[in-house]
Amino acid sequence: MDMDRSKGEPWWQEIRGKVEAGERLSFEDGLRLYQSNDLLAIGTLANAVRRRLNGNKAFYIYNQHINYSNICVNRCRFCAFGKDKGDPAAYEMSTEEIVGKIQKRRHEPITEVHIVGGIHPDLPYRYYVEMIREIKKARPEIHIHAFTAVEIAHLAKISGQSISDTLCDLREAGLGSLPGGGAEVFSPRIRERLCPKKLSPEGWLEVAKTAHRLGIKSNATMLYGHIESAEERVSHLLSLRRTQDETGGFMAFIPLAFHPRNTELSDLSNTTGFNDLKNIAIARLLLDNFPHIKAYWVMIGPKLAQIALNFGADDLDGTIIEEKITHMAGAETAQRMTRAELQRLIHEAGCTPIERDTLYNAILNVTQSANNDQPGKKAFAES
Amino acid sequence: MNYDLWRRKIEHSERFSKAEALELYSHPDILVLGELADLKRRLLNPKRLVTYIIDRNINYTNICISGCRFCAFFREDGAQGGYVLTREELARKIEETLSLEGVQILLQGGLHPTLPFSFYEEMLAFIKSEHPIHIHGFSPPEIVHMSRQSGLGIGDVLRRLRAAGLDSIPGGGAEILVDRVRQAVSPRKCSADEWLAVMEEAHRQGIKTTATMMFGHVETIEERIEHLMRLRELQDKTQGFTAFIPWPFQPHNTRINVVSMGGVEYLRMLAVSRVVLDNIPNLQASWVTQGPKVAQVALAFGANDFGSTMIEENVVAATGVSYQLSEKEIRRIIADAGYEPARRNMAYELL
Repeated sequence: MDMDRSKGEPWWQEIRGKVEAGERLSFEDGLRLYQSNDLLAIGTLANAVRRRLNGNKAFYIYNQHINYSNICVNRCRFCAFGKDKGDPAAYEMSTEEIVGKIQKRRHEPITEVHIVGGIHPDLPYRYYVEMIREIKKARPEIHIHAFTAVEIAHLAKISGQSISDTLCDLREAGLGSLPGGGAEVFSPRIRERLCPKKLSPEGWLEVAKTAHRLGIKSNATMLYGHIESAEERVSHLLSLRRTQDETGGFMAFIPLAFHPRNTELSDLSNTTGFNDLKNIAIARLLLDNFPHIKAYWVMIGPKLAQIALNFGADDLDGTIIEEKITHMAGAETAQRMTRAELQRLIHEAGCTPIERDTLYNAILNVTQSANNDQPGKKAFAES
Repeated sequence: MNYDLWRRKIEHSERFSKAEALELYSHPDILVLGELADLKRRLLNPKRLVTYIIDRNINYTNICISGCRFCAFFREDGAQGGYVLTREELARKIEETLSLEGVQILLQGGLHPTLPFSFYEEMLAFIKSEHPIHIHGFSPPEIVHMSRQSGLGIGDVLRRLRAAGLDSIPGGGAEILVDRVRQAVSPRKCSADEWLAVMEEAHRQGIKTTATMMFGHVETIEERIEHLMRLRELQDKTQGFTAFIPWPFQPHNTRINVVSMGGVEYLRMLAVSRVVLDNIPNLQASWVTQGPKVAQVALAFGANDFGSTMIEENVVAATGVSYQLSEKEIRRIIADAGYEPARRNMAYELL
């Protein structure tokens, strides 16, 4: 009966046994999971782990994105966002513009500003430090989640300081934590072919470890769905797991679906629903020391992100305004979602929506504006 | 808990009662529902195939007196943007379909207030005289409308359409087959009994049909299950439905103010449909409303058909939902999920 299903096979029983016993999965286990198309079986295991770690909670955040500049010297082949300096589509925001964007929305209950940008050839170090300081001044209660490891390494270089001193400067100015971008896939083969100028995997992990040692939390990502192999994905995840064993400083892992449009890899196809859900579920199974797995709705669409909450994810990210990076690559998702929409999606998935801050503390006194009916029950207002 | 019991029932081809179907629907874990639906799917369709058809929708008119509240496509007679396709437009669309290796046209339109019955017969005859293509046309509300307009009985309408070239009937206009719901959202459309009567008569005449369900507007869960029950009952009698196609209501640009359903509820409904409709062989995923990603995931929740390449689609597009997929993309998506893609015709015969 279950001939075409993985769950009858010995390797599957072994993985299932390990997951149920809370034992760590191996490289081979990860590979077998990626090679299987038994989405339901993989999802069921990942869902059990999610429940064990996060109960029935699923998180979202009220946040604002700022992409301060798209000018980038790295020009990775998978990126539709980066532009050369002088390109008609290139832009950089002044500190005043950035503060203006924050000010404009000061009446909204935003708890996080998420800031990432290109590796700019000549913006001075003080631009970045001031950006953080001025945002903090404009809105002291907001958490500043800014600069991927790639940007941090660049800032260290232009400031002539160590990673650690750079992070201390930024923290002193108001930086709260680091987003997980720029990890891509750690495989040297992939770096060489797709992003040769980008900070190396060792460099990326070093920034994360240094941040964690200073008590600065961060996230981690993997850009999948281009030319990477299953082996390369598993190696990537296991590198993150080893680092997390050392430091415990990662909060969430966020698999990022590659969007080919407008990139140099535009002949590739979009990722599929199976691929997206498998990356979420397998990450949940392999990254046993990561508290959270995020289904980033901007990348995979709100419908699939909602489904992902039953495949290991416990976080949908946030309300987000003005996301540029994925949208430049042809993402057709909206630029924002309301709190009510996020709450409703989570509720309909059978989970309890929890608004969080960047560090995954629950925000209290959130208006539960979404419906609170039973999952699957109709809750529609007729016009 | 109930899982083992449900599983055994499916393995022994035992039928789910209405109460059991409701219980199934309210199970909190969609992966459990997926497992059950996948089991049923493999019993009904043991080959690891996912089928699809190359066809196009042709909407011969958007002028409609029905005025359903969920519809963003129709125009009132005389309103700006109203149209009836000319023969030239029709011929061009069919030629284009054939050149893309299309094997069928899905011919549907609004309930036009003044077109005579001869219009439909002549349209069919015109298409057939020029082109050897399967005409999957006229959902039950259109048939009922033709019957009312012409004074002919349903049986005669079907016989004459068939004689003029109609090959099979699409399952549209079923919405929810409960009159309370129909009264609320489409009061001028045919009743649930009339819809079923058209299908019963069609099946009796040897005309195959599909069945749809449009859900996620004002209906209750019980009413969705009732819809499945009524289809199952008729199918027991006639065996004339080839496939069931559930698709969630798309609220944008319509006069029903509800939130668009999420992916989880779609998969839940799909899985329950697969288990409960034990006598309808095929279940179609709706990439047109759900997008390719969710439609692919639907293959693990009971669906064994990816629908159509939809060379043209107008009705869902009028709600602002517009996905496009080439045949190559459809094949890639099916294969990526571990299934073998296969072209089919309306009768689900492989081509």
